[in-house]
Amino acid sequence: MKKTIGNIFVGLLYLILYLPLLVMVVFSFNAGSSTSVFKGLSFKWYVELFTNSTDVGVPVRNTLILAVISAVIATVIGTAAAVYIYYVRSKLWKNTLNTVTNIPMMNPDIVTGVSLMLLFVFVGRLVGAVNSLNFFTLLIAHITFNIPYVILNVLPKLNQTDPHLAEAAQDLGSTPTESFFRVVLPAIMPGVTSGFMMAFTLSLDDFIISYYTTGTDFQTLPLYIFNMVKKPVKPHIYALYSIIFLLVLAVLLFTNISGMKDKKEKK
Amino acid sequence: MKKILSVMLVILMAAVPLTFSACGANAAIEEPRAVYTRDYAGTTLNVFNWGVYISDGSEGTLNVNKAFENLTGIHVNYTTFESNEAMYAKLKSGAVSYDVVIPSDYMIERLISEDMVQPLDFSKLTNYDLIDDSYKGVFYDPDNRYSVPYNVGMVGLIYNTTMVEGTPDSWAVMWDEKYADQILTFDNPRDAFAIAQFLIGVDVNSENKADWDAAADKLKEQNKVLQGRVMDQVFAKMEGGNAAIAPYYAGDYLVMVENNEDLAFCYPKEGTNIFMDAACVPKNAQNYEAAMLYINFLMEPEVALANAEYICYASPNTAVINNPEYEYYENEILYPDPETLPPTEYFHDIDPEIRSYYEKLWESVLLAD
Repeated sequence: MKKTIGNIFVGLLYLILYLPLLVMVVFSFNAGSSTSVFKGLSFKWYVELFTNSTDVGVPVRNTLILAVISAVIATVIGTAAAVYIYYVRSKLWKNTLNTVTNIPMMNPDIVTGVSLMLLFVFVGRLVGAVNSLNFFTLLIAHITFNIPYVILNVLPKLNQTDPHLAEAAQDLGSTPTESFFRVVLPAIMPGVTSGFMMAFTLSLDDFIISYYTTGTDFQTLPLYIFNMVKKPVKPHIYALYSIIFLLVLAVLLFTNISGMKDKKEKK
Repeated sequence: MKKILSVMLVILMAAVPLTFSACGANAAIEEPRAVYTRDYAGTTLNVFNWGVYISDGSEGTLNVNKAFENLTGIHVNYTTFESNEAMYAKLKSGAVSYDVVIPSDYMIERLISEDMVQPLDFSKLTNYDLIDDSYKGVFYDPDNRYSVPYNVGMVGLIYNTTMVEGTPDSWAVMWDEKYADQILTFDNPRDAFAIAQFLIGVDVNSENKADWDAAADKLKEQNKVLQGRVMDQVFAKMEGGNAAIAPYYAGDYLVMVENNEDLAFCYPKEGTNIFMDAACVPKNAQNYEAAMLYINFLMEPEVALANAEYICYASPNTAVINNPEYEYYENEILYPDPETLPPTEYFHDIDPEIRSYYEKLWESVLLAD
């Protein structure tokens, strides 16, 4: 009895989680343009997405470029910062650094967005720029909100490693740089990777901060879709999202399967 | 882990060129009416327009921006906004410079009064003679110096004939208790107030607070019959038969009726809102000459036709209106007979004090039972 209730509960939970996605995927195969009337099965919108030179290609490309670049830079800076925080001796200084790292994550996006915009506009006026908001301000904004998440992913991994590992490597004759890249970095690599993934996905779907910091030349997909408020969202957007969803699913499955294999090998 | 990451990136990167593959099938117009110089090839033009408001090459339509790029060699940086107010905020911040913006009437009035747009060089806009005279000299730009009309539209009443008895011809039906929980209205104060204002017979641009109070009282009465306040959700609701009555733009009704034949449309007898979106050039534009080329290009018969059929709003361009091949040629909803059409009223830019007053009233309407 308890088991059935549990199963029903879990079933309902996943239904609620995945039903919207399912509806979206179904409507991406709609022959008509409506979002509520299903006119028959068709691959029309997928063909549309891939063959026609619709404008949606530009925001998609922009979003990916921004996500990759900002995630890479944030990962480098964030990892370096985590290593520094790890080696800090003073407890007070360490706690301060940890708290300062956490504040931007707790901060509502809108506050981060508006304050970044004010800063950019202020600096822009100071140097007399015509477009104080542009691709680089957007990039800086994304790197900024990504860094704390990278630090948060790397620090625990560092804490798990033996603090004397790097010293041992240096005892055996490697330079400090070598010992970092050949001993410490491989040990914390899983943390760095998950930090990168997190930064990548956060950047991919950020709307609020981008809304305030973007300029004339660079519009990301979330902004592009938000601006469709007056008109119905076209089904080729559903097709695009269905593909993104499938990609994410594929990556997750791949990660989990290879993760299971790794564990087996270790055993 | 590294492997997974690289695989993921490869997949994503591979997906980009696919979605971005521009076949360019519909990226040229056949016979340009005006002459387009390539003197500005290689420069960049920043265009700021409403979302989903230009023919973009989907479903075999003309890709207007690509066609312009191919013709002139000017790179078009095309971005979108979701409301006049969002556009204004971006422009006012002074942090960005656009060369062409396409806001609505009352917003252009504000931009002109705040000296944020500059006069256009009509000697270069050789296609301007195509614009219908009835759309020239409108209140926001009485001397035709700052703007070129892009699209016109009117608000009307959309209803489902299987759910509504007879043929409504008045905004009063939106207060009818027979249709409780089946009525939708606009989710923004100006449009929602306008309906109440037309119904009780007050000026939509009134500077008198008492008029706004009266309209707010009328709106509060409506709360008990409303199903919800919507913008683009109106498409799904009306097409799916989930609501009986909704006010929306005439052109959008034409899209809805394709998906649900039971829908009908009328212009209520009390009068309705008319709007016009027009192209302007902001004061701090960096590429004025290219902006002139672009605005002229938007008036090209082929371009205007593609846009009119894509956006489904009424065109101010005579080359479109008088073209028998135009999908909505002599369409009674987009181009109603002026003789039988109820009075129409543009929104004007309202005094900031009144604006904040009605915004406060709007909140009280939202909170009232």
